[in-house]
Amino acid sequence: MTALLETRGLTIRFGGLCAVDCCDLSIQPGQLFGLIGPNGAGKTTVFNMLTGVYLPSEGTVHFGGKLVNGRNPVQVARMGMSRTFQNIRLFDELSVLENAMTGAHQHARINLFDSLLRTGRHFREEERQRDKAYRLLEFMGLEDRAGLPAKALPYGHRRRLEIARALATEPKLLCLDEPAAGMNTGEKADLAKLIRRIRDELKITVLLIEHDMKLVMGICEVVQVLEYGKTIARGTPAEIQSNPRVIEAYLGGG
Amino acid sequence: MPRTIALLMAGIVGCYGLNWFLSEFIEVVYVDYLNLIGLSIILAVGLNVVNGLTGQFSIGHAGFMAVGAFVGALASILFTYGEIAAGPLEHAGLAQFLLCLLFSGVAAGVLGVVVGAPALRLRGDYLAIATLGFGEITRILLTAQDSLGGPTGLKRIPKMPLLPGASGWDGGTSVFWIYLFVFVVIVLAVRLQRSTFGRALIAIRENELAAETMGVPSARMKVVAFVFGAFFAGIAGALYAHYQHSVRPDDFTAVRSIEVIVMLVLGGLGSVTGAVAGAVVVTLLPQLLRPIEEALGIDGLSMVVYALLLVTMMVFRPQGIFGQRELSLKLLRRLIPGRRKESP
Amino acid sequence: MAEVSLTTELLQYVANGIAKGSTYALMAVGYTLVYGVLQLINFAHAEVYMLGSYFAWFQAKWAGYLPDDKGARAETVPIGMVALFVAGAMAACALVGMLIERVAYRPLRGAGRLAPLITAIGVSLLLQYGGQVVFGTEPKLFPTFAETRVYDVGGVKFPNTNIYIVLTSVVLMLGLTLFVNKTRPGAAMRACSHDMRTARLMGVNVNATVSLTFAIGSALAAVAGVLVAMDQPAITPLMGVRIGLKAFVAAVVGGIGSIPGAALGGLLLGVSESVVSGLWKPVYSEAVAFVFLIVVLLVKPSGILGKSVREKV
Repeated sequence: MTALLETRGLTIRFGGLCAVDCCDLSIQPGQLFGLIGPNGAGKTTVFNMLTGVYLPSEGTVHFGGKLVNGRNPVQVARMGMSRTFQNIRLFDELSVLENAMTGAHQHARINLFDSLLRTGRHFREEERQRDKAYRLLEFMGLEDRAGLPAKALPYGHRRRLEIARALATEPKLLCLDEPAAGMNTGEKADLAKLIRRIRDELKITVLLIEHDMKLVMGICEVVQVLEYGKTIARGTPAEIQSNPRVIEAYLGGG
Repeated sequence: MPRTIALLMAGIVGCYGLNWFLSEFIEVVYVDYLNLIGLSIILAVGLNVVNGLTGQFSIGHAGFMAVGAFVGALASILFTYGEIAAGPLEHAGLAQFLLCLLFSGVAAGVLGVVVGAPALRLRGDYLAIATLGFGEITRILLTAQDSLGGPTGLKRIPKMPLLPGASGWDGGTSVFWIYLFVFVVIVLAVRLQRSTFGRALIAIRENELAAETMGVPSARMKVVAFVFGAFFAGIAGALYAHYQHSVRPDDFTAVRSIEVIVMLVLGGLGSVTGAVAGAVVVTLLPQLLRPIEEALGIDGLSMVVYALLLVTMMVFRPQGIFGQRELSLKLLRRLIPGRRKESP
Repeated sequence: MAEVSLTTELLQYVANGIAKGSTYALMAVGYTLVYGVLQLINFAHAEVYMLGSYFAWFQAKWAGYLPDDKGARAETVPIGMVALFVAGAMAACALVGMLIERVAYRPLRGAGRLAPLITAIGVSLLLQYGGQVVFGTEPKLFPTFAETRVYDVGGVKFPNTNIYIVLTSVVLMLGLTLFVNKTRPGAAMRACSHDMRTARLMGVNVNATVSLTFAIGSALAAVAGVLVAMDQPAITPLMGVRIGLKAFVAAVVGGIGSIPGAALGGLLLGVSESVVSGLWKPVYSEAVAFVFLIVVLLVKPSGILGKSVREKV
C-alpha cells in the first residue's frame, strides 16, 4: 500500500535550535492519524512544513507520490491538502457562508471578466460555491448561522467553521491543528464524532494534532508521539498508552 | 450579460440626460465642482479595491493617474493635430477619444503589474512606502522628459468629443464622459466585490496565510487588484487631461495620492459607498468653506478648517463615515424612521 | 575658473552631500523614534521642522537681526546668538511635538494603524495651511551666520556653514545614542519600542515615554530646520514637505526603528543626491531617494540596519 503522505528525515532548524529532528511520518489513505506531544514538541512546526508555510532544512515530504518541498501553501492546497490553525484564522468580516465559499474558490472555472460582465458562468459558479458551502455548513451543524459575520460566532463554532472551510477545498488529507483546544467535554465529544464522520462519510484522510489524549486515543487508529522535535513512539492507541517513554514525557521527568 | 448591456445603455442615457440638464440649467462653476467630484470618485473607487478590499496599502495612486494622463493626452494630441504645436483647442473624435482612454487605462494597468509584482513581497507600511516611491519616481521621470514638455507638461489637449444634440457651455460633454466612467467603475467594483474574486481579495485582507492555505493565489489576486485600481486611475488621468486641456507632472504629486487615501478612510475603507462619500466630501468641503473664508477675509482659512475637520473626524470616528457598510435599500429602510418592518 | 579634475569634483559633491545628509539624518531620527514606539509614520514631523525655522526666525526678528521690508539682505548673526535661537526653537518644537501627540495621536492609540496615519496627515495639512495663514505664503528671508568662510582643502571647498551643520548633527546624534542606551528614560523608550504592553506591565510610564519620544524627535527637527534655513536663506510654510518625505525614506532605507540606521540612511541619501545632481541631471536627484527606497525594500524590507520580524503561525 502506498502512503498518502510520507515524510523522510524531516528536519527544521531556526537559528541554532532544532525544532523538528528527523521526523518520519507515513499516513495511509483513509487513516485517522494522530500526532501528539507535549507543548513545544514541534507538532505545529511539522504542519507548517507539510503545508508549505516553512521550508524544511532537511528531509522530504511526499504527498500522493509527489514532492511537496519547495511548493508554497497555495500549491500545496491545490494538491489536496488542507488545514486548520491552532490560533483560529477565519476571515472575520466575511459571513460564515462566505468563509466556507472561499475554500471552494480554487476550483472556480471562471475568469475575472465572467464576474465583471456577469455572464451565465458567473452565476453558475456562485451557485456551485454556495451549494457546496451550505452543504458543508450543514455537515458541521452551522447552517443556521450562515448569514452571520464570522467574527460574531462563538469560539466552538469558529473552530467548526475553520473545518468546514478546509473541507470546501475538497482535500484528500485534512490536517487539524488542535481542534479541541478550549472546548468543554461535551463539545469535545461532538467534535470527535464529526472528525470520524469526515473520514467515514466524506472519505477524507485526517491528520490530527491534539493535546487532549482522550480525544486522540478515542478516534485515531495510529498515533505518533513527538517530544522536543523527536519521535519517541509510534503505534496503536493501546500501544502508545502503555509505552513508558510516552508516560514519562507526559507525566514529568522532563 | 444581457443585463450588463442594458445597464450600460441605461448609464449612457442617464449620463447624457445629466449632461443635458446641467448644461441647460446649472452654472458652469458648479458643473466644474461636479466634474472634479466625478474624477475623485473614479480614483477612490478604484483604489478602494486595492486598499479597502485587498488590504494592500498603496499610496502611489497619483503615479498611475499621471501615466494615464500623459499617455492619453499625447495620443489625443497626435490623433487630433498630428503634432505637438500651438493653436486653438479642438474636439477629439469619438473613436480616437475612446482609443486614448483605452491606451491610458492599459498603460497604467501595465504599470500596475510592474508595481504590483514586486510589491507582493512587501507588507503593511513597507508596501505603502514603496508605492509612494513608485508614484514619485513616475512623476520625476515624467518631469525629466523634455519631449513631454518637462515640468510644464503637455498643453492644448483636445476637448472631449461632441455628442449629438449636446450644447450649452462650449458644447461641453465633460459631465457625460466623466460620469459615464463613474458609473462604469462603480458597477464593476460592486460586481468584483460580490464575486468569488472579491471574496478572495477580502480573504487576503483578513488573513493572508489562511487565504493561501485555502488555495487563494494571493500573489496573482493582489496583482489583479492593483491592475483594477491602476486601470481606472489611468482613465481618470486621461479624463482629467482632456478636461483641463493641460497636464503637468506636478499635478500628480504624493499629496494627490494621499488625498485619495484620505477619501477612502474618511468614507470608510472597504466600502464602495464610503469611497464615493469620501470623494464627494474631500473634493467639495474646501469649496463649501470658501464663502466663509471670503466673508472673514482670511486667505487660506478654508483649507485650515478642512484639515481640522479631518483630524477631528478621525479622532472621533476612526472607522470613517460608512465603516465597511454599503448603502443599500436595507440600510436606508432602517434609517428612515416610521417605516420599520414589524418583524424583528 | 580653473579646470577641476573629476575626482575633485566628485569629492566636492560628496562633501556637500554629507552636509545635506546630516540634516536628513537629524530629521530621520524623529521618524524612526516615533515609528519605533508607535508604528506610526508621523507625517506632521516635516511641519515641526518648518515650525522650527519659523520659531528661530521670530527670535531673530525680535532680536533685531532681520532686514527691513524692502527686502535687503539679512544682517549677519553672531554664533552665540545662533545657538540661542536654536535652543529656543528646540524647546518650542519639543512642546509642539508633545502637544500634537497628546491631542491627535493619543486618543487613537489602540484604534488600529490607519486612523492615526490619516490623523497624522491631517495634522500635517493643518500645520501647512495654518502656517500659510499665520506666516503668509511668501518666503521669508532668514539671517545668515556672522561670516561665511570657505575652507579649501586640495580644491575641495568646505563652507563653514556646512561644517557647522555636520558638527552639530554628529554631536546631537552621539548624544541621542548615549541617552537612549545609557539612561533610564532611554531604557524606557527602548522597552516601549520593543513591546509597549509589557513595558507598561513592568512599570514604565508609557505616556510620559511617548511624550518624551516626540519631544526629542521634534527638538532635533527644529535644529535641522534652523540649520537648513541658515544655509538656504528663505523659509516657507511648505518647506517641510519634500525634505520630510526624503528624511522618512532615509529612515526606512537605514532601517526604521534604528538610530544608526537613520544616520546612515540620511548620509547615503544626501551624498547620492548631491552626486547625481552634480554629475548627471538635477531632476534625477529627486528620484534618487525613491530608487534607493525601492531597491532596499525589495532586497531587505527591514532596511539596511533593521531587524526583521517573523510572523508566528
